Amino acid sequence: MLYLDNAATSPMRPQVFAAMLPYLQENFYNPSSVYSPARKVRAAIDDTRAFIGDALGVSSEEIFFTSGGTESDNWAIKGTLEKATRGRHIVTSAAEHHGILYVCKHLEKNGCEVTYLDVDGEGFVNAQDLARALRDDTALVSVMLANNEVGTIQPIAEMAEIARQRGVPFHTDAVQAVGHIPINISELGVDMLSFSAHKFGGPKGIGVMYIKKGTPVFPLFWGGAQERSKRAGTENVAGIVGMGEALKITLEELPTEITRVSALRDKLIAEILREIPHTSLNGATGDKRLPGNVNVSFRFIEGESVLLILDMQGCCASTGSACSSGSLEPSHVLTAMGISPEMANGAIRFSLGAANSENDIYALMQILKPAVEKLRMLSPLYDDYLKNNKGS
Amino acid sequence: MDYNPTVMEHFMNPRNVGELENADGIGTVGNEQCGDVMRVFLKIENDIVVDVSFKTFGCGAAVATSSMATELIKGKSITEVMQVTNKTVLDALDGLPAVKRHCSVLAEDAVRAALWDYAQKQGIVIEGLEPPPEREHEH
Repeated sequence: MLYLDNAATSPMRPQVFAAMLPYLQENFYNPSSVYSPARKVRAAIDDTRAFIGDALGVSSEEIFFTSGGTESDNWAIKGTLEKATRGRHIVTSAAEHHGILYVCKHLEKNGCEVTYLDVDGEGFVNAQDLARALRDDTALVSVMLANNEVGTIQPIAEMAEIARQRGVPFHTDAVQAVGHIPINISELGVDMLSFSAHKFGGPKGIGVMYIKKGTPVFPLFWGGAQERSKRAGTENVAGIVGMGEALKITLEELPTEITRVSALRDKLIAEILREIPHTSLNGATGDKRLPGNVNVSFRFIEGESVLLILDMQGCCASTGSACSSGSLEPSHVLTAMGISPEMANGAIRFSLGAANSENDIYALMQILKPAVEKLRMLSPLYDDYLKNNKGS
Repeated sequence: MDYNPTVMEHFMNPRNVGELENADGIGTVGNEQCGDVMRVFLKIENDIVVDVSFKTFGCGAAVATSSMATELIKGKSITEVMQVTNKTVLDALDGLPAVKRHCSVLAEDAVRAALWDYAQKQGIVIEGLEPPPEREHEH
C-alpha cells in the first residue's frame, strides 16, 4: 500500500491508540460527574487542554474541544455573525475549504453579505485586498492558514494585523497547518483558529476551536455546561486524550520532519515534472508551501481516471477533477487560481506524511508514468494537440 | 468511486480504442469544463456499422460507457444503432453510481453525433436523428 493522501487523513500513531484505550474502557466515566473516578477523567481533559494551550502559545482557557475542523469553522462563522453588532458583512477568500465557503453561501441567502477575496496564480491572498475589502459593517474575516488542495501558506499574521486595526475579528482555518508547520497562535494574532486531530496522527471526530479571550461568539451547540458552556455535549474524552498525544509526538518531531518531508516533496515534484511531459505544478514553492503537499496537473487527461489506475496498483491519492466530486465543476481552488478547467480536471494531489520515504517516490513514479501515458493514448484532446503541433 | 466489476473491467481494458482512418462519420461531444469529451469514429457499409472506435477524455465511467457503447453498436444496422440509448449502455454495464449516470448520456450523444456527421456527408436523413449539441454546451 502506497498511502499518499495524508492531507485527507493520516494514519493513527500506535502511541495515540494506546493512550486512548483506557478512556474507552475502564475510564469510561462522565467527566461532569462528581465522584472520584470521574474526576480522574476530568483531569485528563484538563491536562490535555493545558498542554495544547502551552504548545500553541495561548491560554488553556482559550482552547475549546469540538468534533473537528468543520464544526470549528461553522462555529466561528455562525457564532460570530449571530452575535455581531457591527453588521453582517463577512470577508473570506475564494480558495477556502467548503467548511467555510458553504456556511458563507448559506448565510448569504439569509441576509449576510460576503466578499470573496481573489487568490493569485499560486493561491495567495493579497493582504492589501483585505485592507480594501474591510468595511464599517464587517463582522468577521476568515482566511485559511494553509490550503488543503495546493498547500499555499497565507500571510495570516499580516492579514490578522490589518483586521485588528479595524477592530474586526479574524478567524483562520488551520486544519492543514497544525502539526505540519510551527504555529504560535499569539504570534499569528488571530482571534479564532480551527484544527482537527486526524490530520496529524490523531483520531477522527475531535478538533479544537481556539477563541481568544473576549472575542464575541455565541455557542453553536447549546445545552450542558461543558467547555465553559460554549460547546455543550458530553466530551469525546478518548478523542481529546488521543489528540493531545498525537500533537505531543508530532510537535517533538516537527523540526526534523519539516526538513525531511519538504525534501521528499521537492524530489517528487522534480521527478514528475522531469519524467512526464505536459505537466505543471499547482501552487507555491519552498517554505510558502506545506511540506507534504504536491499538486500537479496532467494535461489532456482526467484526474479520477488517474486515481483509478493508481488505486488498482495500491496507491492512494486525490484529485481536483469535476468527475470525482460528482459535480460538473472542477476544484474551486484551482479555478480561483486561474487554472483552466482542462488542467484543473487533470489535477492530482499527493500528500506526504510521517510514514513516507524516498522509496515511495520511486514506487509512485513506476506506476504514475505509465498511467498517464495510457490515459493520454485514450484522450481525444491529446490527439488534437498532436495534430495541431505536427512539425512545430 | 464505487464502480462495479464490469465498469472497472471496461475502464482498465477498454475495447475499440483509437482512430479509424477514413471514417465515414466522426462525432465529438462533451467539454473540458465538466471533465469529459468523447469522440466516436464510424465505418459504415450498406447501412451497417462495420467498424467503430473511440477516444475519451474523462473519468472511469466516461471511459467504460464509451467502451461499452462501441461494443453495443458494432456490426449493427443504423436502425438498430438508433435504438441504443444511454439506458441500454447503463444496463449493459450493470449500472453506474448515481452521480455518474450522466456519463452514459455522453456515449449516446457521441454515437449520434457520429451518425449525424455520416448523414451530412452522405446527404441522407436518418429517421429520428437530431443534430448534436454544440461542443461548448454541457451535455
